[in-house]
Amino acid sequence: MLTFVFQAMPGFSKGITLLNSSYDPTREFYREYNAAFATYWQEKGGQKVTVRQSHGGSGSQARAVIDGLEADVVTLALAYDIDAIHERAGLIPQNWQERLPLNSSPYTSTIVLLVRKGNPKNIKDWDDLIRPDVQVITPNPKTSGGARWNYLAAWGFEKQRTGSDDAAREFVSKIFANVPVLDSAARGATNTFVQRRIGDAFIAWENEAILAIEQLGKGEYEIVVPSISILAEPPVTLVDKVVDKRGTREVAQAYLEYLYSDEAQTIAAKHYYRPTNPAIAAQFAAQFPTVKFFTIDEVFGGWQNAQKTHFADGGEFDRIFGGIKR
Amino acid sequence: MQLRQHSVLPGFSLTLGVTLVYLTALVLVPLGGLILFTTQLSWGEFWSTISDPRVVASYRVTFSTSLAAALINVVFGLLVAWVLVRYDFFGKKIIDALVDLPFALPTAVAGISLAALYSHNGWLGQFLEPMGIQVAYTPLGIAVALTFIGLPFVVRTVQPVLEEQSRELEEAAASLGATRLQIFTRVLFPAIFPALLTGFALAFARALGEYGSVIFIAGNMPFVSEITPLMIITKLEQYDYAGATAIGSVMLLAAFALLLGINLLQYWARRRG
Repeated sequence: MLTFVFQAMPGFSKGITLLNSSYDPTREFYREYNAAFATYWQEKGGQKVTVRQSHGGSGSQARAVIDGLEADVVTLALAYDIDAIHERAGLIPQNWQERLPLNSSPYTSTIVLLVRKGNPKNIKDWDDLIRPDVQVITPNPKTSGGARWNYLAAWGFEKQRTGSDDAAREFVSKIFANVPVLDSAARGATNTFVQRRIGDAFIAWENEAILAIEQLGKGEYEIVVPSISILAEPPVTLVDKVVDKRGTREVAQAYLEYLYSDEAQTIAAKHYYRPTNPAIAAQFAAQFPTVKFFTIDEVFGGWQNAQKTHFADGGEFDRIFGGIKR
Repeated sequence: MQLRQHSVLPGFSLTLGVTLVYLTALVLVPLGGLILFTTQLSWGEFWSTISDPRVVASYRVTFSTSLAAALINVVFGLLVAWVLVRYDFFGKKIIDALVDLPFALPTAVAGISLAALYSHNGWLGQFLEPMGIQVAYTPLGIAVALTFIGLPFVVRTVQPVLEEQSRELEEAAASLGATRLQIFTRVLFPAIFPALLTGFALAFARALGEYGSVIFIAGNMPFVSEITPLMIITKLEQYDYAGATAIGSVMLLAAFALLLGINLLQYWARRRG
């Protein structure tokens, strides 16, 4: 499942090479960003830089880095996966997320609902997903990092509304009781919803939902933006032990900092990630409707806590599925 | 007195050496690593990992669907091999080549195609579902995928044995007044039974570990259609390497016991035959 698009090959060219290990849906975004960064860096320092990309599931990419893939930078779907690189391999310091602005998340996204043309089941918000006549498609949060955001968004909605974890558990149980197919990864779930035409609502990252509409069926789907949703913050960091070994720290650092520049923010917006720069975000306001956000830190006390409470073995998710009788 | 018996065939010690080194590097070391990872767990942790209700449910799904697929392949694989060996017809070479296709096709492609075929709006699914037969996203779908990937094993193990079996034997039996059923049960079947067992064992063992083709058609519902390899991936996704290898070693042990049992059965069949 890992697609190593050219490992860094020393001596391949006179310039410097970086390897960016990222998750699946960022492929096109980083292809464009890498070209922009190369131009910027050449103009600034005169050095030729080639950035190679490696894509796969967020968790499997982190495992590859832990097991020795020499990535200079990692740009993953959730902080939990980068934390694992600190915990299991000690390649980065514990406070990695404080090293760049905005929790080291240069662009954000959120979780939205994709429905079929004309919204036949009249789905308006999260609480429509618990109706018995609605089938919901989402990947399995145990195997898909992206799906963990979906689950937490639903949980957080009910938690914010009622202030009760019991109500939230009940709510999320009802949603998962409506899930007919539990795909192991996000793209599989997209297939199930779009190609197999199963389900009435598809819980997805906003950028994936817009992409599905653009590429798979203009006019066949609509995005329903829920009243309140989670702020998905895919974080980035450099891998200290690798950049020090390869002597690429300076350029890797610049590579990540440039993600916050106007140019990079515009590219991110073009690939349907929400820019964090308010000026650029204003330019793309039509594309990104206003949503009331909550963050994982506010509602769940950070990724480590969320993971332990909800997705670890015997956690809330396991209990939910233990309780659903089919 | 001669200490070493020299064979007329040359090179035994060299080839044995190469064989041992090769097998050690490619099979024993990786499997040893698997066991080593597993030993990070205490016995209690190991037991609670492999006896978790959801994991146990996945064993049931994996073993029952693999068994069903292997049995289907024994029946229809034998039929395919029989037709390919005994008869000449137009396009035989093409059909013969088609048998190997499941070997060559990336399993994920097979899985996606099968899911597309059997889902409620697919070519086959649209006719099956009105009849109340749901294939995609049920254990039945898993069995279909495993049957697909297991077919070549039976055909390719039985085919050469059938070819060796001379047609005259069957004709002689017929001329002596044996019925068709008698020819099959008394002449043909005993000869190909060991090969059929091998094919069954290979198809079964292959199915136990299959991931790519199953994952798209299974639906992956916990306790219903989750296969054991998916439980292993789930563990890995949580960075639980030891837990993943623990489940892996259970599968390995089960597959090994199975192959051993079938080998013994084969040995017994050969001795009788």
